[in-house]
Amino acid sequence: MRVTADQTFPIRLELNGRSREALAEPRTQLCDFLRHDLGATGVHVGCEHGVCGACTVLVDGVAMRSCLMLAVQGHERRIETVESLADDDTLSDLQQAFRRHHALQCGFCTAGILMSCVDFLERVPDPDETQVRDMLSGHLCRCTGYTGIVQAVLEVAAQRQTNKGV
Amino acid sequence: MKPAAFDYVRADNRRQVVELLAEYGQEARIIAGGQSLMAVLNMRLAQPKLLIDINHVADLAYIELRKDCLAVGAGVRQAQLLARSTLMDEVPLLALAMPWIGHFQTRNRGTVCGSVAHADPSAELPLCLVTLGGEIVLESKKGKRIVKAADFFQGILTTDKRADELVVEVRFPLKREGITYRFREIAMRHGDFAIVSLAAAIGADQVELGIGGVADRPQRRSLPRGAALPDALNQTAWSLDAQDDVHASAAYRRQLIRELGHQLIEGV
Repeated sequence: MRVTADQTFPIRLELNGRSREALAEPRTQLCDFLRHDLGATGVHVGCEHGVCGACTVLVDGVAMRSCLMLAVQGHERRIETVESLADDDTLSDLQQAFRRHHALQCGFCTAGILMSCVDFLERVPDPDETQVRDMLSGHLCRCTGYTGIVQAVLEVAAQRQTNKGV
Repeated sequence: MKPAAFDYVRADNRRQVVELLAEYGQEARIIAGGQSLMAVLNMRLAQPKLLIDINHVADLAYIELRKDCLAVGAGVRQAQLLARSTLMDEVPLLALAMPWIGHFQTRNRGTVCGSVAHADPSAELPLCLVTLGGEIVLESKKGKRIVKAADFFQGILTTDKRADELVVEVRFPLKREGITYRFREIAMRHGDFAIVSLAAAIGADQVELGIGGVADRPQRRSLPRGAALPDALNQTAWSLDAQDDVHASAAYRRQLIRELGHQLIEGV
């Protein structure tokens, strides 16, 4: 595949279970492509250099910074954003726990944190607080002081363990 | 910010990569994980004419245990190497240091060779490579060459890699009998750039100490153990031309080398 700077490339990808296609220049970041071209405005763009974590999405199920990927690198990949979490009007268990524990205030960082948590809990289903805090070190939240977030994640992990045991 | 415009090539094989590098030289940049390069592009600190994406070059995504080293190809993500169940037995220093690289989310995409090629003076992988005396394999149209870690890193974001070369592999020497490996790092928060990072290969009488985050590249010193160690650490601390910056003073960095170095090596 070769795309010159002044060309656009038809990018096909799976976004939240649906096949989507739109044009992008080589320099377009994945986060901007998801927001502006595909309408996934749950992808929040903060620092644009990989520090704040607000733009974190799942690429083939793995949490990554969408500001540190190009739209052309998303071609033929499976992308999930925060829009994928709720089932119609029913929030996911993680989202409900965030709400219960006041794990968000302004909500700007929340979309990225939720996506990190989805991947993290798949790989570490029964984490301790240190592991949760280590995972959260990849996100900046200026409202909560992280305490509510940690509680929410630990609670969901415990709930899922219990449900699995039943 | 947004990157300046560039041409983009998704390469399929190594031949194509080295031919493009030969043609474009300094005008081209390789992108693998992009966890450093994308930030640099977004801030327009680099404005290459051509970006060569090596994520789809199949024969680069290997981890191979060889007689004397663990060889890691340019396609291997940091998370992949860290998840290797035998890593602690093969190269324990890597198992200890790699959790300190960036964050879970950046290790998922960032590559091992990419971090080495980027050569940030506070990065963990270059430090491990220098401390253990590893090697870097470079490939160009003209062929391959192997460079020792001590010669590869030349300064801040500066290496011995020529504009027409691709880092295809890095080689970490395997664990040696009778040596204890340890790692410590101080940063503003976990995953942030190291103010001081220390990697040690500790023998009965002598220790190889690697120091990151202080000089313009990772440094290695052979130090004695026991009563002579504090003096040797003090000399080391003064020899690195530590600088003041927004995160820490030069004096604090020297103090960390003395105190943390002693704790790390003597386990007190």
